[in-house]
Amino acid sequence: MIRKRPITITVNGSTYARDIEPRRLLTDFLREDLGLTGTHVGCEHGVCGACTVLLDGVSARACLCLSVQADGRDITTVEGMGEIGALSLLQEKFRKHHALQCGFCTPGMLATAHEILMDAAPLTDTEIREALSGNLCRCTGYEHIVHAVSEALKERLGSIATGSALNAG
Amino acid sequence: MQDDARPKLIGSRVQRLEDPRLLTGAGGFVDDILLAHTLHVALVRSDHAHARILSVDVDAAGALPGVIGIYTADDFSASPLHATSRMKGYQSTGITALAEGKVRFVGEAIAAVVAESRYIAEDAAGLITVGYAPLPDLVDSCIAAASDVLLHEHHESNILVSRKFARGDVTEAFASAAVRVKDSFRFHRKTPLAIENRSYFADFNKGKQALTLYSSTQVPGVIRDALAEVLAMPGHSVRVVAPDVGGGFGGKASLYPEEILVSLLSRTLGQPVKWTSDRLEDLLTTSQAFDETIDAELAVDKDGHLLGLKAEILGDVGAYSIYPWTAALEPMQVAGFLPGPYQLANYQAEVVAVATNKTPAGPYRGVGRPAAAFVLERLIDMAAQRLGLDPVDMRRRNLVQPDQFPYRTGSGIVWDQSGFTECLELACKGMNYPALLAERSAARQAGRWFGVGVASYAELTGIGSRMSAAPGMPINTGTETATVEIDASGAIRATFGVASHGQGLETTLAQIVADELGVPVDGVQVIHGDSAAVTHSTGTYASRSAVLAGGAAHLSGQAVRAKVLEAAAFMLEADADDLNIEDGIISERGTNKTLSLAEVGRAVYSEMGRFPLEMRAELDLRATKFYDPEFGTTTSATHIAAVEVDPETFIVTVKRFLVAEDCGRLINPMIVDGQVHGGIVQGIGAALYEEVVHDQNGQALSASLVDYVAPSAAETPKLEVLHLDTAALGTLGGYRGMGEGGTIGAPAAIANAITDALSHLNINISELPATPERIYRLVTQAIEGDT
Repeated sequence: MIRKRPITITVNGSTYARDIEPRRLLTDFLREDLGLTGTHVGCEHGVCGACTVLLDGVSARACLCLSVQADGRDITTVEGMGEIGALSLLQEKFRKHHALQCGFCTPGMLATAHEILMDAAPLTDTEIREALSGNLCRCTGYEHIVHAVSEALKERLGSIATGSALNAG
Repeated sequence: MQDDARPKLIGSRVQRLEDPRLLTGAGGFVDDILLAHTLHVALVRSDHAHARILSVDVDAAGALPGVIGIYTADDFSASPLHATSRMKGYQSTGITALAEGKVRFVGEAIAAVVAESRYIAEDAAGLITVGYAPLPDLVDSCIAAASDVLLHEHHESNILVSRKFARGDVTEAFASAAVRVKDSFRFHRKTPLAIENRSYFADFNKGKQALTLYSSTQVPGVIRDALAEVLAMPGHSVRVVAPDVGGGFGGKASLYPEEILVSLLSRTLGQPVKWTSDRLEDLLTTSQAFDETIDAELAVDKDGHLLGLKAEILGDVGAYSIYPWTAALEPMQVAGFLPGPYQLANYQAEVVAVATNKTPAGPYRGVGRPAAAFVLERLIDMAAQRLGLDPVDMRRRNLVQPDQFPYRTGSGIVWDQSGFTECLELACKGMNYPALLAERSAARQAGRWFGVGVASYAELTGIGSRMSAAPGMPINTGTETATVEIDASGAIRATFGVASHGQGLETTLAQIVADELGVPVDGVQVIHGDSAAVTHSTGTYASRSAVLAGGAAHLSGQAVRAKVLEAAAFMLEADADDLNIEDGIISERGTNKTLSLAEVGRAVYSEMGRFPLEMRAELDLRATKFYDPEFGTTTSATHIAAVEVDPETFIVTVKRFLVAEDCGRLINPMIVDGQVHGGIVQGIGAALYEEVVHDQNGQALSASLVDYVAPSAAETPKLEVLHLDTAALGTLGGYRGMGEGGTIGAPAAIANAITDALSHLNINISELPATPERIYRLVTQAIEGDT
C-alpha cells in the first residue's frame, strides 16, 4: 500500500483534514473525496482548462496538481462562486449572454474569467480572447463568452471607480 | 397556437433554464454520479493497428490488492451486434465489448481491469502483457481497397460498401461545356472532441434484475434497444439515462463497446461499474470523421451556368462499420449533398467506403456535407475564376431560384422552399461585400495576402420517416414523441425522447409547451434523455430535435390545453371556447370568473365526484403525441470569410466571418446564434487546425490536445450571424434544424478565402486543414515552378 499523508486544505471557506495518497490528483480529491463535482476533468494534461480552480486566488489546473501540493492552501471552485438564486456577477453575465451550452467547460472558464476580473485591468475584446485562450470550449465558438466577460469586467471596473462593493466574481 | 394565445415565448431570447445548475457546479454529468460500492474499469488497449492476439498475461495484475477481476472477450458470451443496412453489397462488422482474437486499430480494447479505484485499475492494467502476432497495417485507403489482406476475415474485400449514382446526361454536359475544372480534394481525418470525455456507469439491480446505464450519449433510445438485444433483457429492464452531457457533435451518437462492457460487468458483479475515458482514449477511440479523397470535375457553360458534375469519393471509414449508422454514413452523404443548392441537372458519382486499421468513422456535425460543400464551392470558384466572374455572381446565377422549389437535386434529394438566394444577398449586404473587396484591394496594395471566400450550401434537417438519417439504415429516426402532463399540484411536465447535450432543449421545448398552455416558461419542467420515460426514441443528432420534438411539443401541448379547458369549462359553467389561459390562470372572456391550473389539477385528480362519472374516464390532463415531418426540411446559408495569410509564417488568420442563414422560425434567437457560432468555430478548426494523424503503422500521432489542435478564443474571430426568420412551410411550427450548418459552410468559405489570398501565386487549396506547413509547401512549389 502507498503510505498516506495528512493534508489540510481549505475549499470554498471550509477546511478539510484528510489522509491521502501522495499521488492523488487534486481533481479526484475535490470531486470524489469532497463531492465537489463542479470541477470537471477534460484532458488531464493541462490543455483544455476545464479543471481550472483558484489556488490562493490564482488560476490553476487542478488536473496537474497533486492534492498534497495543495496542503495548507486555499481553493475556490465553481461551487464557491455563487449559487442557484444568488449567482455571482460573472455567472449572471454568462447566463444573460448565453455563454455556455453543454456547461462542461464552464466551471474552468468561470475560474479564468474570475481571475481576469480580480486583475481589474481594462481589456479589449482581443485581449479578453487572449486571456481566455487557455480554456477550450467546443460549443459556443467563444463569441458569447467574450460578451459576458467583457460586460462583467466593465461593471467591475465601474464599481471599483465608484468605490461600490460589487461582488467581484 | 390558440387565437389569443399568440406566441409570447417562441421567438424570444429566453434565458436558459438549465443554466443555473451548470453555472454553479450543480450539473450532473455521468462522471459526477457517485454511488456506494462503485467499481472502476481501466482498459488495456492495443498498441498495434493490426495484429492477432496471442496471449494476455494477467497474473501480476490479478495479484494486486484491490483488483476485483480481469476480463477479456473469452469471459463474455454475448454475440456481436451488427449495424445492418439495406444497401446492396454492404458488408457489416460485429461490435463486441472487447476485441475477439485480433485487433484492428490502435486503441481497441483487449482487456478490462475492474478494481476498487481507478488508480488501482490503471496500476493493474499497466502490469498486463499482451502477446501479438502483427499483421500488415492497412492505413492507406487506396491500398486497403485493393489488398488481399482482410481486416474482417469473413469479408470478400475491405470495401464495406460502394455505390454509383447517375442522373441526367453527364457525358453530353461535359462535351458541350465551355469550361471544365477539376481537382483531387482531400479532407483529412478529424475527431469531434467534446470537452466531456465519454463516460459510462452501469448499475445493475439484482433484486429487480434490471440495469440502469448512465451514458454520455446523444442517443439513449438507440443504446437501450441495442443493449436489450445484446444482454437479452426486455426493454423495460434496461434503462439508459443521458444526464447532463458535455457536448457530442456526433461523437456520442453511436453505440460504443464500453457501453456494452460496463453493462455486462455490472450484471456479472452485481455492483455499479464505471468507466470514464481519458483524453488519450478519446482521441484513439471516439468515432472520427471526414478522411475522404474526392476527385471531382465540374462542367460549366460560357455564361457560368453549371452543366454537370462528376465525382469519385473514396472514404476511409476505419476498422468497423459503426452502430447504428453504418460505414455508408459519411461517404454516401458526401455524394448525396455534393450537387449543393444549385441548379445542376447532370450528376454522377461513385462512392467507395473502405475499412482501414484506424479508429472507426462515425457521425460528425454536418455528416458528409462539410466535405461536399468544400469540394463543390472550390470547383465553383475555380470555374468563376476561369470565366472572370465574381464568386457571388457565379452563385447568384446558379442557386435554385425561389420559384423553382421543390427542387430535386442530381442526387435525388428534394429541397423544399428555402432562402437560398435570399441568404446570399443577405450575407453580401451584411458583410458590405463591395466594401470588403475594396478592403482586399487596399490590403493587397500594401503587400498583404488578404482573401475573401464565399460558400453557399443547403442541408436536409428534421428528417422524417420517408427518408433515413443514414443511407440504408433500417431503424426509424423519423418520429419523435412528447408527453405533456399537468399533475395534481398543477405543475407541468413535458417528457421527450430527445437528449439535449448543450442545445438548450430544456428551454426551447419549454418555450413551445408554455406558449401552447399559456403558462410561464419556468413553469414547464422538461424531461429528456431517459429511455424509460418514453416508449420509443432515438435521441438528438442530425439537426432534428427542434423540428421533431418541437412539433410533438406543439401537438401534445394543444391536446392538454383542450383537456384543461374542457375541465375548466365544466367547473366554471362556461363554454370552453370562451376560455383563455394566461400566466397559468384560466379566465372566461367578458366575465371575472377565473381558475388556476393548480385548482384544475386538484379538481381533476383529487376531488372525488367533482366531475360526473362519464367525464372522469377520459379526464386526465395528459397527452402523448408523435410528430413525423415525413421528408424533412431544407436549411440553407451563405458564409463569407475574410482571411489573411502571413507571408512568413504561413499562418492563416480569419479576420471576419459572417453567416446569413434560413433556419425557418427561430424558437430562441440567442440559442440559435450560439449554435451557429459553435458550428462555425468547429468549421474553422476543420479548415485550419484539426487533424488526426496516423503514421504508416497506424499509430496515432495526434494523441494529445497539444498535437490535436482545437481553436481557442484567441484564434477565433468575432462572429456575425444574420437570419431570414421566415417560417418553414413544411414543418409544424415552421422550424428547420440548424445545429450543424456552421460546420458545413465554414471550411468551404475559408478554403475559398485562402485560395483568393494566394491567387497571385495561382494556388488552389484542395487539401484541408490548410496548415502552415501545407501552405508553405504550396507556396514553395508555386515559386519554384515559376523559376
